[in-house]
Amino acid sequence: MTDAIVEVKGVGKVYDNGVEALRDVNLAFPEGQLSTLLGPSGCGKTTLLKIIAGLIPHNAGEVWVKGKKVDGPGPERAFVFQDFALLPWADVLRNVAFGLELRGVPRPEREEVARKYIAEVGLKGFEHRPPNQLSGGMRQRVGLARALTVDADIILMDEPFSSVDEQTRRKFQEDLLDLLRHHQKTVIFVTHSIEEAAYLSDQIALLSPRPGTVSKIVRPAVDRSRSPDEIRRDRGYLDTVDDIWHILRQYV
Amino acid sequence: MTGISGQRAWQLASFVFFFGLWELAGRWPVSAAFPPFSTTFLALVEMLRDGSLGKAYLITAQPLGIGIALCGAAGIGFGIGMGLSRTVEWLSLPIFIILQAAPMAAIIPLLTYMYGIGLTSKVLAVIMLAAPVIVMNSYKGIRNTPPSLLQMCRSFQGTRRQEVVKIVLPHAAALIFTGLRLGLAMGFIGIVIAELLITPTGIGDLITYNSSVADYPKMFAAIASIVAVAAISLHLLERLERRLFPRD
Repeated sequence: MTDAIVEVKGVGKVYDNGVEALRDVNLAFPEGQLSTLLGPSGCGKTTLLKIIAGLIPHNAGEVWVKGKKVDGPGPERAFVFQDFALLPWADVLRNVAFGLELRGVPRPEREEVARKYIAEVGLKGFEHRPPNQLSGGMRQRVGLARALTVDADIILMDEPFSSVDEQTRRKFQEDLLDLLRHHQKTVIFVTHSIEEAAYLSDQIALLSPRPGTVSKIVRPAVDRSRSPDEIRRDRGYLDTVDDIWHILRQYV
Repeated sequence: MTGISGQRAWQLASFVFFFGLWELAGRWPVSAAFPPFSTTFLALVEMLRDGSLGKAYLITAQPLGIGIALCGAAGIGFGIGMGLSRTVEWLSLPIFIILQAAPMAAIIPLLTYMYGIGLTSKVLAVIMLAAPVIVMNSYKGIRNTPPSLLQMCRSFQGTRRQEVVKIVLPHAAALIFTGLRLGLAMGFIGIVIAELLITPTGIGDLITYNSSVADYPKMFAAIASIVAVAAISLHLLERLERRLFPRD
């Protein structure tokens, strides 16, 4: 097993309105792997992801990233938002380059980087379109490209495919696996889809709801060197889906 | 193309229908003081030719222009300040909520009492009507920034300054512009009330004078002209707004 690049130790979160979202969450995320936070809605998985991102404060415990304790956002983490969070008044090129723009990278340089990642996520030719002319799946590709441009080691994805239709989602999942294999990123991925988690993940943390806490960690025994269609018929993949369902059904 | 020209035809038809009804009602007659459309239109042409209408608009435009310009500068500034700072919001939000709800025609005599019957009072009347909507729109534009855009900015370590300049203000621009347009609409109401209630000047003078000498075609022409000027300028601003800030 590889070393953990992100560690969550005893993290707890109580919202201002008194709702306890998370209690004593302990998790380690191995470097270079894709880990999923999976659970029913209201189990605090997005809250946990945003705490790791440093976007919302936690009340208890510690978050360690690359051997350092963190309390806010940092350049080694990039976030992909559920609602894409694109600037509606900017075109694809500026949106993808926006992370670099905030860091003060000069325009020609950041646009060159952005063009490269726009091509990688399959949006070449759409550089000057505004987001409202793109489909949901294309918008999320913009969100992913933006996260890749800043060259963070860790990509945090908050239900990135939840507002994307099923066909687009499958294609996007396959492309995502390709991209990540190519770039050696560590990914922490939030989803409520068991199939998505089993298909994508090296490690799945199952969260139980109210207050959210880790109920089990599953490591799917899926051979990822095979083709996407073979994986979806793979014994290990199907068993994982079954196992997870048996654990999660008690929460719903 | 056929869709647009079809739409134009319908708009034209509705004008013809409306003016036709007006003509009929005037000829019936509904009242001795209600001239038909044709007579009113001729009176309008005459007022245009003898320059009285132009002169009146030059006078009316002054307090309206000054009022809207002041609201535009200070009102937007205030609204942005309220949106960005809780303290400014706490201090000034109640004032604008009260101003928005207050019946203005009742307050205007109070203005005369304090500032006389000159330009100042009329500018203030415009400001009191236009400012609340301009301020509140700017304020809401700032406050309604989608939280995920702000989180996105923070996740890439954007500074507060970058957050305001690159996200909050561009996002609010569309609503601020809408506020200006609605403010101008309120300003038209304000200036006509002021010119009728304080001292008759400009277009208000044309209306009151012609009413007092029972020249009803001219009176109606003056009223119709201010309605038309307001409607056309607001329509043009709305079109500009749609070009500048296309919606999702």
